[in-house]
Amino acid sequence: MRGLGISAGIGIGKAFVYKEPELNISKEHISDPEAELQRLEEAISKAAGQIDDLYEMTLKKTGKKEADVFAAHRMFLEDPEYLSYIKEKIIGDRVNSEWALREAADFYTSLFEAMEDEYMRARAADIEDVSNRLLRILSKAEQKELLLINEKAVIVAEDLAPSDTAQINKDMVAGIVIEAGGRTSHTAIMARTMNIPLVCGLKNITDIAKQNDFIIINGNTGEVIINPTKDQIVFHEKEAENIKRLQEELNKMKGQESISKDGYKVEVLGNIGTCQDVDIVMKNDGEGVGLYRTEFLYMHNDRLPTEEEQLAAYKIAAEKLGKKPLIIRTLDVGGDKGIPYLSIPEEMNPFLGYRAIRFCLDMKEIFAAQLRAILRASAYGNVKIMFPMISGIEEVRRAKAMVEEVKAELRKENLDFNEDIEIGIMVEIPSVAIHSRAFAKEVDFFSIGTNDLIQYTLAVDRGNQKVGHLYNQFHPAVLSLIKMTIDNGHAEGIRVGMCGEAAGDERMIPLLLAMGLDEFSMNASQILKARHVIKNTSKEAAEGILNAVLELPTAPEIESCIDENIP
Amino acid sequence: MFRKEATLSNETGLHARPASMLVREAAKYGCDIKIIKGEKQYNAKSIMSIMSMGAIKGDALIIQTEGPDAERVALELADFIENKIRD
Repeated sequence: MRGLGISAGIGIGKAFVYKEPELNISKEHISDPEAELQRLEEAISKAAGQIDDLYEMTLKKTGKKEADVFAAHRMFLEDPEYLSYIKEKIIGDRVNSEWALREAADFYTSLFEAMEDEYMRARAADIEDVSNRLLRILSKAEQKELLLINEKAVIVAEDLAPSDTAQINKDMVAGIVIEAGGRTSHTAIMARTMNIPLVCGLKNITDIAKQNDFIIINGNTGEVIINPTKDQIVFHEKEAENIKRLQEELNKMKGQESISKDGYKVEVLGNIGTCQDVDIVMKNDGEGVGLYRTEFLYMHNDRLPTEEEQLAAYKIAAEKLGKKPLIIRTLDVGGDKGIPYLSIPEEMNPFLGYRAIRFCLDMKEIFAAQLRAILRASAYGNVKIMFPMISGIEEVRRAKAMVEEVKAELRKENLDFNEDIEIGIMVEIPSVAIHSRAFAKEVDFFSIGTNDLIQYTLAVDRGNQKVGHLYNQFHPAVLSLIKMTIDNGHAEGIRVGMCGEAAGDERMIPLLLAMGLDEFSMNASQILKARHVIKNTSKEAAEGILNAVLELPTAPEIESCIDENIP
Repeated sequence: MFRKEATLSNETGLHARPASMLVREAAKYGCDIKIIKGEKQYNAKSIMSIMSMGAIKGDALIIQTEGPDAERVALELADFIENKIRD
């Protein structure tokens, strides 16, 4: 079976099937509201006792932060507004406590779910959790407590509530597999924080797996095996050991500088798609964000995001990063990234067509709104602007002129922004790489986008099965364009980074280090690995390899030269 | 009834911890305490009510108290909101 691997690692243990008892709440007319209120009070005091016990046990077993979930639950349980909502229903509508409770829970969860702040939205789960505890007590439905797990177990559940996850003892829980999906659910966030392997989205797993079945889950691949063979167990135990050892090695990279064996310092940053992704970058000790793809802001609605909505997102990212850089790339729409409501007509050749900066310079209002939001966010952190798909210097000048216009507007409106905000461009079209000396005089930094640079240099669509094999980052022409860009950037005194996949490639990193690349930006999960490679590479030795590589005429020869010379 | 204005000064606004600090503080007093933001009233002793307010730094809030010691409570709570809430 295969679900979605959400939290990495391999978990092996006995299945602990954790099912919410089914609660059938029906609306009943009651004749004695006083007696019903009494019933409710008793349930509340019993729930308070349970929550206090859970608080104490969690405090002892896991820690203060986890236990605080229950302190919050106590406050919810005793909340005067919530309780009077329930009591008014019981007295006014003459309904049973269960029904009144259900209505109160629905009212408050929908109130919180509608809030903009992610933290507040997550509180809906706590209200639901407390309400369910009361409902279980009222309906006399028992539930196994996760705290009772006392041997290595894999929890199998529909989903887990905050009060469930707070009880999890890391030493006993080898893994979690749930039916619900979602990378950003409470369970997903918690599992990643606690480093417990998690597989999501396996429908019916609570029916398929039986209590105490032996079970293996792989949080990297999403694989789940129930009652595995001996060979499968041995194989996965070894695999788990390897993953663990590698992760320990990489964790040592946290808090260290990205510095080569011979003392040459560079920076390793993360790429993000939403402002929340900053957390993952920080967790992996990224030295900033080298690429914030803003497309998602435009994609997740059926209309343009407003300036305020954009500002809110950029501001969160900027504030989370503090002094660390946040490079925001302006809208890179078109090509493979369509946004339906913009109704960009279908083109014969979308990758050579109306996209990114070409679209933005044409749709000035859309562009201006984004520039305003980015500039206003620059008051809250170390924000930089980056333009994608630049092919000529006129585009850079026009885009920069737009920035100046927007700055003038903001000044007039007395809105704060960083007057000296840095402006850079993506180097992803060969014309820019070739002519990079001239471009370097116009901007504050370069960021090489290797994915497009390779496709445009080699004229290869890598998604096309017939020609995809021609796509290769080690093509000598690609390497010389990268080197040329770095050399020209440095000759004009600007920093040069890279935000394509090549920046996180273990075999590419030594070459880039040798060329003098200043910033490596990649998916957050690759950051520590990249730092590990950098720390184990001597720039001087890499320069020797680079010189040899640059003499070679084909990509396969270059690749084998790297493989022979880099352990 | 007594009213006193206060400006929220902590960085994150009436978010998780600051919200529960305020509710715990309000719960110490016997009188009825409402917080008014814009057109709406919120119960200062209810965590759900206070969190649903979505108050952020710089928001002007009005504390409205009724009952025993109304004036003293309003002044103390205003001081609490302006100076004592920590993130």
